[in-house]
Amino acid sequence: MSATTLATFQGRSSTAEMTNSRLRRAYLTETKYECLRALRAPAFALPFLLLPITLYVLFGILLAGNMSHGDKTIAKIMFVNWSVFGIMGPGMFGFGMFVATERGQGLLTLKRALPAPPAAYLLSKLIMALLFSAIVMASVIAAAALIGHNGISPAQYAGIMFVDTLGSLPFCAIGLFIGTLASAKSAPGFANLAYLPFMHLGGLFYPLPRSVQPLEFLSPAYYLDKLGLRLIAVPSLDQLANGTGPSSQGGPLLEIAVLAAVTVLFTALAVRRLARVG
Amino acid sequence: MNPDSLAELSGVSKRFATVVALDNFELQVRPAELLAVLGPNGAGKSTAISLLLGLHQPDSGSARLFGDSPLNVATRRKIGVMMQDVALAPELRVREHIELVGSYYPDPLSADDAMTLTATSSLAARPYGKLSGGQKRQVQFAMAIVGRPKLLFLDEPTVGLDIHSRERMWAALRELVHQGVSIILTTHYLEEAEALSDRVVVLAKGRAIASGTVDELRSLVDRKRISCVTSLSPDLVSTWAGVQAVTRDRGRLQITASNADMVVRKLVLADADFRELEVHRAGLAEAFTELTQEAAS
Repeated sequence: MSATTLATFQGRSSTAEMTNSRLRRAYLTETKYECLRALRAPAFALPFLLLPITLYVLFGILLAGNMSHGDKTIAKIMFVNWSVFGIMGPGMFGFGMFVATERGQGLLTLKRALPAPPAAYLLSKLIMALLFSAIVMASVIAAAALIGHNGISPAQYAGIMFVDTLGSLPFCAIGLFIGTLASAKSAPGFANLAYLPFMHLGGLFYPLPRSVQPLEFLSPAYYLDKLGLRLIAVPSLDQLANGTGPSSQGGPLLEIAVLAAVTVLFTALAVRRLARVG
Repeated sequence: MNPDSLAELSGVSKRFATVVALDNFELQVRPAELLAVLGPNGAGKSTAISLLLGLHQPDSGSARLFGDSPLNVATRRKIGVMMQDVALAPELRVREHIELVGSYYPDPLSADDAMTLTATSSLAARPYGKLSGGQKRQVQFAMAIVGRPKLLFLDEPTVGLDIHSRERMWAALRELVHQGVSIILTTHYLEEAEALSDRVVVLAKGRAIASGTVDELRSLVDRKRISCVTSLSPDLVSTWAGVQAVTRDRGRLQITASNADMVVRKLVLADADFRELEVHRAGLAEAFTELTQEAAS
C-alpha cells in the first residue's frame, strides 16, 4: 500500500453523514449500471423485445386483417390486445428471472450487508423494466402505424403508450414476487404458471366462452386491456362476440384501482420477503 | 455493550430448524485489531458474521454494531464487507463495480484510490466476468474498502490468490489495522490467522472453545516436534518419558513430545551419530486441531 493512498484512507473524517445528494447519487449509480448491464448483454433482452412485435405483425395484423377483411374495429382491438401481451413478458419474466438469479448468486445478500439504500436495487430493476416496456410499446406502435391500417390517431397511440408502459407495473410486481420465492431454475416455470392463465383469461386472443367469463376478473391483463379499449373506444372481443358493443357506463377508476392494488400488494410481499430472507 | 467494542455478540443463540448454529456465543471486536474467527466447517462462523451484518436475527441474545442494530443502514455505512460465493454482474467493469459500492457511502475513496490500495488498477477497464478467481477476490477487496470503513468483514479473503497477491493483501490488511481499522477475518488458512491476527476465536459446535492471542492458543498445546537423523529405533524412543509419538520418515525420526528439552538430552547421550536436529513449537494448526478434536469428542 503506498503512503499517499493510505493517507487518503485515514486522512479524512469518516463520520460524515449521508447527504441527500449522496443518496440520490447512490440511486442514480445503481440505475445507470443496471441499464449498462442490459445494454452490454443484449442477447438476454432481445427475445423479450422481439417476440411481441413479431407475434403482433403475424397474428394481429396479417392474420386478423386477412380474416376480418380489413375491419378497422378488429384492427384496433388487435393492437390494444397485443400491446398488453407485449408488456406482460418483460415484467413477469425479466424481473422474476433476474431477481431469482441474483438472489441465488448471493448478490442480494451482499447488498443487504452493504449499506446499499434499501430500495435502490428494486427501483433500478423497476426502471429497467419500464424502459423495456416502453421499447416494446414503441415497436408495436411503429408496426401498427406503418402497416396496421387501423385509423388510430397519434393522440390515441400516445395514450396507449403511456397506459401500457405504466400498466406493466403490476406484472413487474408479480414477477418480482415470483423472483423472491423461486430459484433461478424454477422462476421461468412459475412465471409461466401465472403468465399463461393471465393472458388467456384476459381475453386477449379470442372471445371467452360465457362460462369462463366470470373468471376474467382474476387476470390483471383483463383490466389493463379494458383501459386500452376504453381509450380507443372499441369493444372487447367478448363484447364483440356477444354483440354488446363497447361499455359506456362507468369510468376507468375500477381498472386503475385493481391494477394499483395488485402492484402495491405484490411489491409489499416481495419487499417483505427480500428484507427477511434476501 | 462494552464501550470499546465495535461489534458485539452477547449471549447469542441461533438455531436453523433442528441444528444449533450458535449456543450462548460471545464475541467482541475491539478498535484497531484483527480478529480471526476459526473453526471447522459448520462450527457457526458464518452464522456469527451474518448476525453481525443483520442478515439473520438471533433467537436470543443481542447483536450490535457500533452500539446499534446491524439492521440500521446508517450503522452499516461504517463497515466494509467481502463475502464468499457472491457472483457479481459479469458485464460491469471493475471500476464500475467499485464506483457502485462507493456510492453507498457518505465519503468514499475514489475508485482510483481504492484500486491503487488493492493493486487492481491494471484491471480497471476489464469486465468482471473475464477475471480469474484470484483477481475477483482482489476486486471484492477493493469494494470492501472503498467506503473507508472502520470495521471490515472479510470471509476467506485470500482463497484463489497466488502467493504474491496473497502477501500483498496481507500487507494491506496489516497496514489498515495500523491505520486504526478493525478487521474480522474468517479463514481456513491457519497460517493466515497466525500471520495476521491480534486475537483468535476458535468455534466448534456453535460455542467458543478458545480465544486469545496466537501465542496464548499455541501455549494451550503443550508439545513440540523434534526431528533428527539418528540410528535409534522408533520403538526405543517411544518408551521414553514424555514422548507421545514417534515415526521414521525418510531416514529422519519425527518425535512429538511434551518435554522436548529432556528428550533432546537423552538423544545426544544415547546416539553418538545423532545430527541435524530441528525442534518446532506447536503451531496454530496443531493447536487448532487439538482444540477442535477435544471439542468434538
